Amino acid sequence: MAENINEFNDGNFEQEVLKAGKPVLVDFWAEWCGPCRAIEPIITEIANEYGEKIKVGKVNVDHNQQVAIKYGIRSIPALLIINKGEVANQIVGSVPKIRITELLDTIV
Amino acid sequence: MNRKVIIIGSGPAGLTAAIYAARANLKPLVFEGLQPGGQLTITTDVENYPGFPEGIMGPDLMDLFRGQAQRFGAKCHFKQVTKVDFSQSPYKVWVDTEEYLAEAVIIATGASAKMLGLKNEKELMGYGVSACATCDGFFYKDKKVLVIGGGDSAIEEAIYLTKFASEVIIIHRRDELRASKIMQKRALEHPKIKVAWNSILVEISGSREKGVSGVILKDTKTGIKRNESCHGVFMAIGHQPNTDLFKNILDMDKKGYLMTKAPATNTSLPGIFACGDVQDHIYRQAVTAAGSGCAAAIDSERFLETAE
Repeated sequence: MAENINEFNDGNFEQEVLKAGKPVLVDFWAEWCGPCRAIEPIITEIANEYGEKIKVGKVNVDHNQQVAIKYGIRSIPALLIINKGEVANQIVGSVPKIRITELLDTIV
Repeated sequence: MNRKVIIIGSGPAGLTAAIYAARANLKPLVFEGLQPGGQLTITTDVENYPGFPEGIMGPDLMDLFRGQAQRFGAKCHFKQVTKVDFSQSPYKVWVDTEEYLAEAVIIATGASAKMLGLKNEKELMGYGVSACATCDGFFYKDKKVLVIGGGDSAIEEAIYLTKFASEVIIIHRRDELRASKIMQKRALEHPKIKVAWNSILVEISGSREKGVSGVILKDTKTGIKRNESCHGVFMAIGHQPNTDLFKNILDMDKKGYLMTKAPATNTSLPGIFACGDVQDHIYRQAVTAAGSGCAAAIDSERFLETAE
């Protein structure tokens, strides 16, 4: 995993995401999910471009079902943009990078 | 910059075209689109692709295709083409506001799962409505789900879903399945699978927040509507070609498939070639798509030679 991509899980989600103190882009994924691989390079690019302005991380839904259930994830890849502990936006499925950055730019 | 070849699409057809075009020194640029690797990336085991006697995972196979194309100099971009202009040469291809020029274009945009066109179907896609059991089945552990359709792919989806779901009901509009006998037998004998015959889906109830709670089905013989509770609805009613970009630009058949001059891959415009599922509603296999991708690259190479 790239260095500025965090690993979020059931245990650290509250501390790392909900209390992050800045907007967080969360990528729900799994090993068996082909489209998740496709979106991975986009997520890495976004993490590099936004740097300290946001936090970026991934949740493996196979190992962290509590978080996935809490946010009603029923399809992956699913991206949540969380700001001040609340879901600001949600994107399901592969999308062009610009759709993610447009949403991020409304809160960053 | 003027390129020789742009390839739109990155399934077996697009990436095979990229391998051949790259080896012919045409330095192809591949726009991979929203589903890099194409439809195989949402399958699991591919057991009928020659050369892999033990089978191979769809996404892994497509990584191999891409790696092979890149080894010979193909450039692959994770971008989606949003507009084309084939009215003059060099042809123009846009990704949002970025413009790319090429002397030849190979179209390999493939096909996508068909939807029924119900009013909240799109809105609930990913929130209880799905067109991919292998992608989303995991989220329906011990839940009741419906599969809409009656062909082989519907049965495959239903059988796959039994790994997770407590109950799988196949909703089929006729009184017999279209699927092959062997698949039918596997489904009809499965303890978790039931078939609702002569039934069509007319409404889905649910919201993005709470997911799907149920559907309304209509009996095609009696016209009587009934409620069916469920947590997930999987669409498996066939595929449609991804040709919206080319409407009123290239000749298509009634279903929207690009017309090609088989066995060649020429479309209705010189220098524009089509390969894979976007022009094939008959075979739709990875290996036939790869074969036509090879043909498209060779056709474009010959076109460029004669154009010079």
